[in-house]
Amino acid sequence: MLYWIDKNVKWIYPLPAVLFVGLMMIFPIGYTFWLSFHEWSMSNITPPLWVTLDNYMSLFKDELFRESLWITFYFTVVAVGVQTVLGILLALLMNKHIIGKGLVKTLFLLPMIATPVAVGLVWVLIYEPNVGVANIFLQALGLPVQEWLASPDLVIPSLILIDVWEWTPMIALIVLAGLVSLPKDPYEAAIVDGASGLQIFWNITLPLLKPAIYSAVLLRLIDALKTFDIIYATTQGGPGTSSQTLNIYGYVLGFQYFQIGKASALLMVFFAIVLSLSILVISLRKKAGASL
Amino acid sequence: MKKKWNCFQKLCFSLVALIGVSAVLAACSGGPKKDEVTTGEQPSGNEPQTIRLVAANHPWTEAIMPLLPDFEKETGITVKVDSYFEDQLSQKTSVEFAANAKSIDVVLFRPLQDGKQFEKNGYFASLNEYVSQQGNSTDDFVPSALGSVKNGDNLYGLPVVTESTVLYYRKDILEKAGLQPPKTLDELKEQAEKLSDPQNGLYGFVARGKRSPAVTQFSSFLYSHGADFMKDGQATLNTPEAIQAFEYYGGLLKDYGPPGTLNMSWPEAMAVFTQGKAVFYTDASALYTNATDPSKSGVADQVGFAPFPAGPGGNKVAAPPAWAIAIGANSEKKDAAWQFVKWVTSKEVVLNLQADGITGALTSVWEMPEGVAHFPEDLTEAIVENNKHGVPYDRPAIINVGEARDAIGDVINAAIEGKDVKAAAEKSNATFQAILDKE
Repeated sequence: MLYWIDKNVKWIYPLPAVLFVGLMMIFPIGYTFWLSFHEWSMSNITPPLWVTLDNYMSLFKDELFRESLWITFYFTVVAVGVQTVLGILLALLMNKHIIGKGLVKTLFLLPMIATPVAVGLVWVLIYEPNVGVANIFLQALGLPVQEWLASPDLVIPSLILIDVWEWTPMIALIVLAGLVSLPKDPYEAAIVDGASGLQIFWNITLPLLKPAIYSAVLLRLIDALKTFDIIYATTQGGPGTSSQTLNIYGYVLGFQYFQIGKASALLMVFFAIVLSLSILVISLRKKAGASL
Repeated sequence: MKKKWNCFQKLCFSLVALIGVSAVLAACSGGPKKDEVTTGEQPSGNEPQTIRLVAANHPWTEAIMPLLPDFEKETGITVKVDSYFEDQLSQKTSVEFAANAKSIDVVLFRPLQDGKQFEKNGYFASLNEYVSQQGNSTDDFVPSALGSVKNGDNLYGLPVVTESTVLYYRKDILEKAGLQPPKTLDELKEQAEKLSDPQNGLYGFVARGKRSPAVTQFSSFLYSHGADFMKDGQATLNTPEAIQAFEYYGGLLKDYGPPGTLNMSWPEAMAVFTQGKAVFYTDASALYTNATDPSKSGVADQVGFAPFPAGPGGNKVAAPPAWAIAIGANSEKKDAAWQFVKWVTSKEVVLNLQADGITGALTSVWEMPEGVAHFPEDLTEAIVENNKHGVPYDRPAIINVGEARDAIGDVINAAIEGKDVKAAAEKSNATFQAILDKE
């Protein structure tokens, strides 16, 4: 027995992980892929019917699919963009010696550890057009009241605000970790050469921070693309379809319209998008890392 | 590369591997095992049985809970109630049924929303045999309500809650203005315009504006404009009457409604009304306790009820069965489940529930004075009046209701936003027709 273990230890050791990945990731993805070529309404009586590429064809003809694709990218790009800029600024600020830094860092973690659905419900109250705090705040500033989540034009910016509120601290913390570990020599050399603060930031700090920033952006990008909980808890994709991202549309197709095949096809397309974007960012990060 | 491992390391690794593998296996087998425990065959006879009722967070469920001990005492059957929000309930039950779970013994469902789909998929046990054993036990049900839980001759459920669209209004405001509750939709519009005072936080009219939830309450406006969702299998959302109805409903909400109606289902719209911020509100009669209960409503003593106003197409209002009860096809305790269904739809229990304000589906109970004693007088009048011109459905009676509701909701949304209603109606009509063609 011991000899057998000794001989096969390189297989036994990763076995749990392999099993886990197989059961929890490869199987569901494979099953979804299989379902995406079928028409099926979750019925016990009618089994899935093979329809080749029909689901994909109907998806690309579907106006709602194109709309949700656009909404997904709009939401992701703006949200992650704003978060990245704000996060870096926050990290730079926190890297200075300020009073109560520990406390500030702890407070930063709060939005991240709160349950997304709870966060969503709290923001529903804040944004409520008739009694919500957001409008009271606007009125106090003498600005016109808004319908926030109930306005088709404002709903995505309103959701982006929630996402930024919740996730900027994460980018700040990752970038802060990067800042702390930066070498001191280039800064000393720059100061000796008489570089200005902005020049130092632009030519030394930012390039050196690139790997950390890419990591943070990669994590947020994947997460933001897949955002479901916040949107579902606040608007369920509404008003109308104004905040229906790919994820929400997939859910609606699957669990409200019972078009499991089309929903699976949508999720496969979505999977491909997330995967290729991740590969892109990882390769960018490798490049940045290599230049260190 | 060959490395000598000592005994301790080997032991550690094999242990870790073992724990890992067994954890994964345990995780995988967790589901079925649990099922076995909860749904395994119970010994029949006098042994205590437990059945699971999957229900909605609805006044019906709240009213039935305190009565359950009676049933338990009578039959020795314990009822475990799981209740969810309406939409979660649909999803929860469809997923559980689709997985062939045996764990649902009795289920509360919306016959117009999920009935056809669930029945087609074979999720419900047929009640024919049980009912025929009882003789003519279904004669007392309101016929239109009973019709909605049948497919041909197959009876798959029994209705427990009926409802119709009524007009909620503020007695004090109308009285002050010297007005009578509106009898026609034109009057409703005039009064809403006259009484609307947004500067002081009072709006003339509130109702659901959220895409899919709005459809069921909009339906009465559609019918009373002389239109319908479909006719002979053809979508009719783009007829001039239908467009007029969309414009009327959307216009009321746009011009005299509170901000944010696009996101309002009944809880939000009801909140606006009960906070005293709206004069008129149209919604289901079954929700009235939310408006008249002082613990939930700030205007409880000022709420009046009127029948749904007549429109240019006459006096027509949606008066459908809202909820029905059925037995899960895979339940292993069907007999116990039937005992519960029989009990909960019996005259005594329905009378008891109706005394709690639940609008039941038994004709005889509606005819008994003690059956309507609990309802505000004007509400009973409104319901009785509504039932005279009742249309037995408040959404298209098809299988893919969810998809169709979204398509219809798009037009309502366009009307509220003040967009081109005709264009939206044409587009949704095509979508709706495609859904009809698939069925």
